[in-house]
Amino acid sequence: MDINLDDIRNEVREWLAENWDDSLSLIEWRTKLADSGWGMPDWPVEYFGRDLPPSAVAVVQEEFAAIGAIGAMKSGPRMLAAVTILAHGNQAQKQRFLRRIITGEDAWCQLFSEPGSGSDLAGSTTRADKKGDKWIVNGQKVWNTSAHHADYGILVARTDWDEPKHTGLSYFLIDMHQPGVEVRQLKQMNGYASFNEVFFTDAEVPEDFLLGELGEGWPIAMTTLAYERRVAAGNREAGEDKGREGVIYDQYREESAIATEPYAWYPQRAGRSDLIIDRARETGSIEDAAIRQDIAKLLIKRQSMEWFIKRLAEVQKAGKARGPEGSVTKLTASEVARMSADLHTEITGIDAMLTGPDSPNDGIIAEVLVSVPAVSIAGGTDEIQKNIVAERLLDLPKEPRFDTGPFKDVKRN
Amino acid sequence: MAFSFTEEQEQFRDVLARFLRDKSPTTEIRKLMETDSGYDGDVWRQVCTDMGLAGIHLPEESGGAGYGPVELGIVMEEQGRALLCGPYLSSAVLAGLAIGAVASGEEQAARLVGIADGSVVATLAVTENQGLWHAADITTQAVPVDGGYQLTGRKSFVSDGQNADIIYIVAENGAGLSLFAVDADADGLAVEGLEGVDATRRIAHLTFTNCAAELVGAEGAFDLEAVFDQVLIAFAHEQLGGAQAMLDSALEYAKLRVQFGRVIGSFQALKHRFADLHVELELAKAAVYQAAQALEDGDDVRAYASMAKATASDIFLFAAKECIQFHGGIGFTWENDTHLWFKRAKSSEVFLGSPADHRERMLQAMGV
Repeated sequence: MDINLDDIRNEVREWLAENWDDSLSLIEWRTKLADSGWGMPDWPVEYFGRDLPPSAVAVVQEEFAAIGAIGAMKSGPRMLAAVTILAHGNQAQKQRFLRRIITGEDAWCQLFSEPGSGSDLAGSTTRADKKGDKWIVNGQKVWNTSAHHADYGILVARTDWDEPKHTGLSYFLIDMHQPGVEVRQLKQMNGYASFNEVFFTDAEVPEDFLLGELGEGWPIAMTTLAYERRVAAGNREAGEDKGREGVIYDQYREESAIATEPYAWYPQRAGRSDLIIDRARETGSIEDAAIRQDIAKLLIKRQSMEWFIKRLAEVQKAGKARGPEGSVTKLTASEVARMSADLHTEITGIDAMLTGPDSPNDGIIAEVLVSVPAVSIAGGTDEIQKNIVAERLLDLPKEPRFDTGPFKDVKRN
Repeated sequence: MAFSFTEEQEQFRDVLARFLRDKSPTTEIRKLMETDSGYDGDVWRQVCTDMGLAGIHLPEESGGAGYGPVELGIVMEEQGRALLCGPYLSSAVLAGLAIGAVASGEEQAARLVGIADGSVVATLAVTENQGLWHAADITTQAVPVDGGYQLTGRKSFVSDGQNADIIYIVAENGAGLSLFAVDADADGLAVEGLEGVDATRRIAHLTFTNCAAELVGAEGAFDLEAVFDQVLIAFAHEQLGGAQAMLDSALEYAKLRVQFGRVIGSFQALKHRFADLHVELELAKAAVYQAAQALEDGDDVRAYASMAKATASDIFLFAAKECIQFHGGIGFTWENDTHLWFKRAKSSEVFLGSPADHRERMLQAMGV
């Protein structure tokens, strides 16, 4: 398909000139967006998109931003559901769910991890049993961002215990507003409660909420996870409104605040290496030879990572990437965060005993120190990443398996 | 800034790697280590004439191929990987870059042609008491005599000081730092060959006593730091190549060696360390390759050059140490090849300034 980006730019500009109306409510406007396809330009025409290539998305976004027009709702975990439904859902499921996701009417959460299966995601023991024309769900999920605001969840549950672990799972869409679903906020060691635990006690899922075929839960979950890895950072960005006035902007700001609230501490989780030099200057430790060495090591690591990411993008563009190189980036990001936290401690000295307003930078440094331990766990632990690097980039032998055969016989928590 | 090698550069690397694998097996390296010069003149001539490697980065009008720091980097990386014995660093890199920095036109061509075609082996003498490229450490004096100059002073750790036909010397003559040339057989030059940990490389202390010298370029024209930046970036590539050789060697062994009924590369304790090594090497490559790209683009590379040296020295030594450990007992034997690279890594760690020196130089270049 030969696509001229300038034509697209003109087309979207014209459409916006005729249709953008900040006197509409947020939902009214987003409904127009869904009908026109301009909210999700790279989605299919029959499902609220325009069949444009991914390269056109940025052009469309630029035109929206230029006049302050609000785009489709994409923040938080909802797009994980959207892309998976788009890829694996039937016609009825796509019609029923996709529109209300991008209008912001329905919020979604992801129900994958469990207390007993973290790194070993396929070891899920939450069960779904068929009873009449319904699935009855029992079990517990954890690390469910925004589940307390969610209308629906994407759920991986075990439907066949005689199958090996990966083939006994199925993928469901579940209504979160029902008696059998209990959401509890999970308080983290840094004081925030950005995630939830979700308990299922005879929760019900109608037959037609099964996504894809029975037993296809694992490969479908891969679609979700691949998207999550690719765009994780984008889910956390607050909408840009530049302080514009009007009801639609007020609604938008309120929506953004809810959707991005769980990610408030993520910059601290990454170590805030950007504050290191200023802090060293403020405290005078910039003169300390040992600290200078550590600062230099951190800056080298961070700069090398940035360059590695750019080099990797070139390799990917040329179609020469092997795939798992992102694990190198993730491991380095963990290391940068740890080095940064250690250095903040060194620079801060005894004040590192304090937290909140009593501590430097109004608590930001203290928040770094108690948030960094998350970075090497979330999204695949460092240990899992190292297995990936060793096995898939260096071709070393795979780990021996003890979890083949029927899942009911596999040792588990 | 480009963030990848071109197709042509990748092909050049492949050709080069094949040539070096063929010409520099460790059986040859071990023989050459025991000789006085430390290298094979025939192979060196092929490196210079058949492959045109010594002049890869030198201007075409001076007998070179006219490429830049990226291609020089590829050559340095591959010859570092193969542990090629020869005066490449001394003649092509150190002397070649120093001459290129101060001489131009006919003078430059006259001095570089021989370096490019291998008929002349040259080196550069910079460091003195502290062994560091610090202007303050340079006390060798050049005094004008009869239309020429006489040098007096002592230069330390001169690479291939005992092999060079011509020695280029950085000296002080009242106008700042200048570059001078002295023939190896000049009166007043005493060469003291040293025994190095790295037996694949020759080093010497040189003493000049009223030694006749020719000025190269203009008086006071030698920008020590700018030449240093270029040298560091090239040298960092050599260390990257060495690190890659160590990782490859350790991986090959870990996939073959069986203990407890399984190849040792299947143990997670080792797999994770291999992953760590791979990550560090990828980061070092990014740092070193981008320093060369920045130099190619004419950017200010002071901080990047020191970043490249620090990170390349660290990864080479890390990889060499891990390679010994992965090999176990055999890795500590003379018979096993790992120590050849380990010793190159040890020696390279402190040559041209330690990683700690360069981390500090980087911070100062960044205004920190």
